[in-house]
Amino acid sequence: MNGASVTAEPPGRAAPPVARAGRLRKHAVAAAFLAPAVFFLGVWIIYPLADTVRRSFLYRDTNRWIGLHNYKELFTLGTIVTAIKNNAIWIGVVPALVTAIGLIFAVLTERIRWSVAFKTVVFMPMAISLFAAGVIWRVMDQEDPHVGALNAGIGAIHDAFSPPGPLPDAAASTSNLTGSPQRGFVLHKPLHPGGVGLLGLTGIATSEVPSTAVQAASPKPVANGIAGVVWRDFKPGGGKAGQVEQGELGLPGVTVQLENATGRKVESVKTDDNGTFSFVGVQGGEYRVAIGPKTFAKPFGGVAWLGPKLITPALIVAYIWVWAGFAMVVIAAGLAAIPREVLEAGRTDGGTEWQVFRRVTVPLLAPVLSVVFITMLINVLKVFDIVLSVAPGSSQDDANVIALAMWRTSFGGVNDYGLGAAIAVFLFLLVIPVLALNVRRFRREG
Amino acid sequence: MKHFRWYPLALFALGLAALIATGTAGGARHARGVSGSISIIAKWTGDEQKSFLAVVAEFKKKNPNVDVKYTPGGDNTPQLVSTAVAGGNPPDIAVLPQPGLMRDLAKRGAAKPITFAKPTLLKNEASVWVNLGSVNGKLYGLFFKAANKSTVWYNVKLFKDAGAKPAATFSAFLKLAKTVKASGAKAYAIAGADGWTLTDLFENIYLKQAGPKKYDLLTTHKIKWTDPSVKAALRTMAKILGDTDNIPGGKSGALQTDFPTSVTQVLTDSPKAAMDIEGDFVPSDIKANVSAIKDYNVFPFPSIKPSTRLSIMGGGDTVIMLKDNPAARALISFLATPQAATVWAQRGGFSSPNKNVKPSAYKDPLNRKTALALAHAKIFRFDMSDLQPAAFGATTGQGEWKLFQDFLSNPKDVNGAAAKLEAAAKKAYGK
Repeated sequence: MNGASVTAEPPGRAAPPVARAGRLRKHAVAAAFLAPAVFFLGVWIIYPLADTVRRSFLYRDTNRWIGLHNYKELFTLGTIVTAIKNNAIWIGVVPALVTAIGLIFAVLTERIRWSVAFKTVVFMPMAISLFAAGVIWRVMDQEDPHVGALNAGIGAIHDAFSPPGPLPDAAASTSNLTGSPQRGFVLHKPLHPGGVGLLGLTGIATSEVPSTAVQAASPKPVANGIAGVVWRDFKPGGGKAGQVEQGELGLPGVTVQLENATGRKVESVKTDDNGTFSFVGVQGGEYRVAIGPKTFAKPFGGVAWLGPKLITPALIVAYIWVWAGFAMVVIAAGLAAIPREVLEAGRTDGGTEWQVFRRVTVPLLAPVLSVVFITMLINVLKVFDIVLSVAPGSSQDDANVIALAMWRTSFGGVNDYGLGAAIAVFLFLLVIPVLALNVRRFRREG
Repeated sequence: MKHFRWYPLALFALGLAALIATGTAGGARHARGVSGSISIIAKWTGDEQKSFLAVVAEFKKKNPNVDVKYTPGGDNTPQLVSTAVAGGNPPDIAVLPQPGLMRDLAKRGAAKPITFAKPTLLKNEASVWVNLGSVNGKLYGLFFKAANKSTVWYNVKLFKDAGAKPAATFSAFLKLAKTVKASGAKAYAIAGADGWTLTDLFENIYLKQAGPKKYDLLTTHKIKWTDPSVKAALRTMAKILGDTDNIPGGKSGALQTDFPTSVTQVLTDSPKAAMDIEGDFVPSDIKANVSAIKDYNVFPFPSIKPSTRLSIMGGGDTVIMLKDNPAARALISFLATPQAATVWAQRGGFSSPNKNVKPSAYKDPLNRKTALALAHAKIFRFDMSDLQPAAFGATTGQGEWKLFQDFLSNPKDVNGAAAKLEAAAKKAYGK
């Protein structure tokens, strides 16, 4: 205690009556000024806080006291434990990444010409509500490459290297044809020269059949050769499997391989418009006809970003996309405040750009970086809306975080207010140390 | 210094008192005679709200002195109504999406019996609806708008391409799906991102396979989810869910398809799948320019056993009375008549459990088909998950919804799914 604070106190015990009345009035004025703030804090902060703590010891929405039962439940219920684990991942990854990316952007934008445009673009996501950003990412992350932008991009690259085959969904129409789309289909029965192979396929939509296709023809045997037909073994109602019937189309342009007894490829031809093919001048012996796997190669099916395994990483990417701009702007402001002379001095002393950045810029930026880091830490502890908006119902449980668990438990159908309150108290306890850190920093700066 | 600390506290207390006072005062509304005013909180919004107001307008023709104040509650209706009741200022009439809250309110005495409407109702609706609306033998809820959930919607063009016809039995249904696959299309649009579509599928199968008696026992958890009948139904369900090549995007595609998307996969001009197994509300999610019968059609959920051939699983919105006054009584009595139901039926998007609504009242032919099947069903059972504790039957990401989604990703694990369902049910029913 220093002297100033002592003299500021009005003299207590021996105060004359006049001074006492004055003091009363002074306190009344103080109380009047304080009242609105106290009222609002009381109604909206203190009372809810106290009641939440009280409720966390009660059973559901009753007034039955169950002690620490809800807190025990908190650490044993699968979905809440998942939420706590996921929150740990968020805390470990997001504040550091956002700060790092913000720092990189801020330093880079200092050096490029169109820095204002760049900053605006990076900052733009901040202008959108988190929920709307979530909706955008939910569409971007769709598994179907025709819908999800991410998978469309990956699909374009994938299909350039391994193009999809002409009949990706085809299957064998009878068990005469063995194999799978991944290994290709082989006619099980071996053929001899003069023999005929029927390769019936189903599961082909009429839209997948090339437009040149015509009615499938029964192949005519060829002397010293092997003939056959590849056709869409289906007509409305199903038809008879394994028989070329009226109304069934040949499949043109399918590559058919002739394999010898050892399974070696001898020759390959493409089918005609009516589906027929023939290998002429074949030497005696046993042969098999086959359609290779390339014909059945599936197009890129998409990565399940929103599936149970990738949902948390997908959410984190979306979240960083939103917050990187905030970090960049704050850090850029800090960067602008660094005295140029210090940087110049570093360079004059022979420091490389990296050394100047590492030894001069970053230490000088430390207070700003810690503001960003702590802000993000608090944000991430309470992360909620992006999880709710991006994760589909089927993976919401795998994407669960503490704040979402609290909402789902209290209002999402379970309506267990007691347990929900316990989760809220737990979250509050987690935030307190970070808040304390922040308050201490404010004091130091003040 | 210490003795002045009560100032802020006193002010705070005063403020609180003022708040409480404004909360409890006001509100009490009285109605005298058939003239008076009725406040209604209902789940119906948008077109449904307009249609219901048309019904109210018909009511006002006979009771011009009744003033009706309508509040659309949407999906939050249960919370709105519970809060209003807890706050001591309930609406005169509420329309709830699930019967669970009605029972709760009746037991607490907040809902008032509507026995005066029972004779009219018994004339017009099957006794199963009256029983559903009763608590301890007294009628509290009137089912005005219902849903037939035992329907399969299909794309006419894909059926034509495959030469497929609607199936009456489950074995014919599976064969139909196989034919559709052979034609190069996918048979099933499965909305696995929404767990409730999967519970609906299970409930249809269970009702038709295990029968209504077992259905009632399972609904009230008098038999366990590990019962052989449940496992048999899960195995039947796996015949559909396990046919992953027959679902657009396979398992993970299904798990990310929500209900509106599943409708756009089937009821469209560029279909991805041939059939959507969901209720009569499917057409309300059509986005493409397609027309009934020409582009899409509907058939009843196939029967599994002859004895349950005409059974239907469905849901309905319950009208309850929270304040007993003549005007509210008059409106509820009116809602029990075929005249009231006819007004909405003519506007479409409506299925009435009222048997005496004339078939011609339904303008849309498919609506007529599903609505009449519902009103005249030999066996009707209410959506099981709506009758169970919400934590088990109606919560995103947990209980039945989540476990059926897990079952969709692994349809072979019948025993595991049954055991997990039983564990979750036990927890939700227990204590």
